[in-house]
Amino acid sequence: MLAVPGRHRSVALLTFVLVAQVLLLAGQIRQDEHQVRLIRLWAVGIVTPFERAGTWTISKIRGTWSGYFDLVHTKQENGALQAELNRLRVQNTQLKSEAAEGQRLATLLGFRDSHPDAPMAVARVIASSADGSSHTFYINRGEKDGIRRNMPVITPDGVVGKIFEVFGGASEVLLITDKDSGLGALLAGTRIQGPVGGTGDPFVQMKYVSNDETVTVGQEVLTSGEDRIFPKDLPVGTVTEVKPGSPFKQIRVQPAAHLDRLEEVMVLLMKQESITKPVSTASDAAPGGTSAAATVKREE
Amino acid sequence: MAAYARTETHIEVHKFRLWAVLGVAVAALLIQSFLPVYFPRARMLDLPLLITLYFGFSQRNPSSGLLLGMMIGLMQDSLGRSAIGLYGIAKTLVGYLASSFGSRIDVEHPLSRIGLTAAFYFFHQGVYNLIQRVLLGQHENFFSTNLGIAAGVNALVAVVLFPLLDKLRLPS
Repeated sequence: MLAVPGRHRSVALLTFVLVAQVLLLAGQIRQDEHQVRLIRLWAVGIVTPFERAGTWTISKIRGTWSGYFDLVHTKQENGALQAELNRLRVQNTQLKSEAAEGQRLATLLGFRDSHPDAPMAVARVIASSADGSSHTFYINRGEKDGIRRNMPVITPDGVVGKIFEVFGGASEVLLITDKDSGLGALLAGTRIQGPVGGTGDPFVQMKYVSNDETVTVGQEVLTSGEDRIFPKDLPVGTVTEVKPGSPFKQIRVQPAAHLDRLEEVMVLLMKQESITKPVSTASDAAPGGTSAAATVKREE
Repeated sequence: MAAYARTETHIEVHKFRLWAVLGVAVAALLIQSFLPVYFPRARMLDLPLLITLYFGFSQRNPSSGLLLGMMIGLMQDSLGRSAIGLYGIAKTLVGYLASSFGSRIDVEHPLSRIGLTAAFYFFHQGVYNLIQRVLLGQHENFFSTNLGIAAGVNALVAVVLFPLLDKLRLPS
């Protein structure tokens, strides 16, 4: 048998491992890209329980930390405060923290109540992608909760993204800012249509709008419903920059939803929807709530 | 995953318990996917890369370095949206080269750790972008200001993180 020198073994192993991974990549290109791969299913299955536990722990630490911080602050300003007063302050802080969370949830609930015909599930964000180049995150709802691929994900402020992959108890959401993301949109008022796509930056871009069209900074961008994923007239964002381009205008849009501060989102449990009447805000249903997307009604 | 003593070099080879290596790798992946939910800027960190580099530098065994890099890379791929194998290939090469460097030059000094981490960060991103371009036809810029900042941040984190990980070394 041929003896392989020790230092050549690692080179041979390296070559084997690289070739195996290149073949793995090639196999994925040939396969249906929407097929959930087994390795991904296992990895998410292993990691998700820890992420759920982490989310729970962080929320508890936040409450405790804010309570302790308030306590120290109070002690410095009022050295003579009695223990009972301190206890009540801590309790008060904890209640405030819970109330803030309650208000956020009430906003979501208000939005949900104002759209009784649109079945939706409220989900909590439990993790983001480990891949720094993609704009995705994971939510704590999955196949068991009726979530399916391509379902729209929104907040009362506007469109967030769509369900990209579904697992048992979790799902991966593709943000509209991801460079592979896209949705049908139009400009409110003029109703000029053009797809909106992510660029990998915090902004999105509206494409294929002719230089002859008039687009102004501050104009609202809504979903057009043409993509057959997002219902019509949901807020996408606001135009922040317009430049003439060749052959189309370069339109930068600031997303309406606060994509860098997502904690809870809503998944619309439907495939094709349309708007029947614009309006009804979440703030109507929930005091202190933020602006809401338009009313949606099921067509089918 | 224990590294083996080498007779042809005077540079010390460090050993670790298998559970420590695997535990640190999984923890890095968890933190990598969890941290950006609360701190979006943490997205520029690449903890799995730092872990691959650290164990490569310390164990100085190219075979175990490349296998650990492959495992971490594939896990990172599977927790993201990219095709499975992109990070796998990049981190396999990083693990192999880091182990080779570790057995030839001093990687214990903080300045050399900063320099090597930044250099390997660029190399890792370069390989990643090259594979995307050649195999998947996706074009990404090879250099950007953000990439430079991210390399610096990762290098600085490495200087703090590596001494902490040194505590996991088994006494020689």
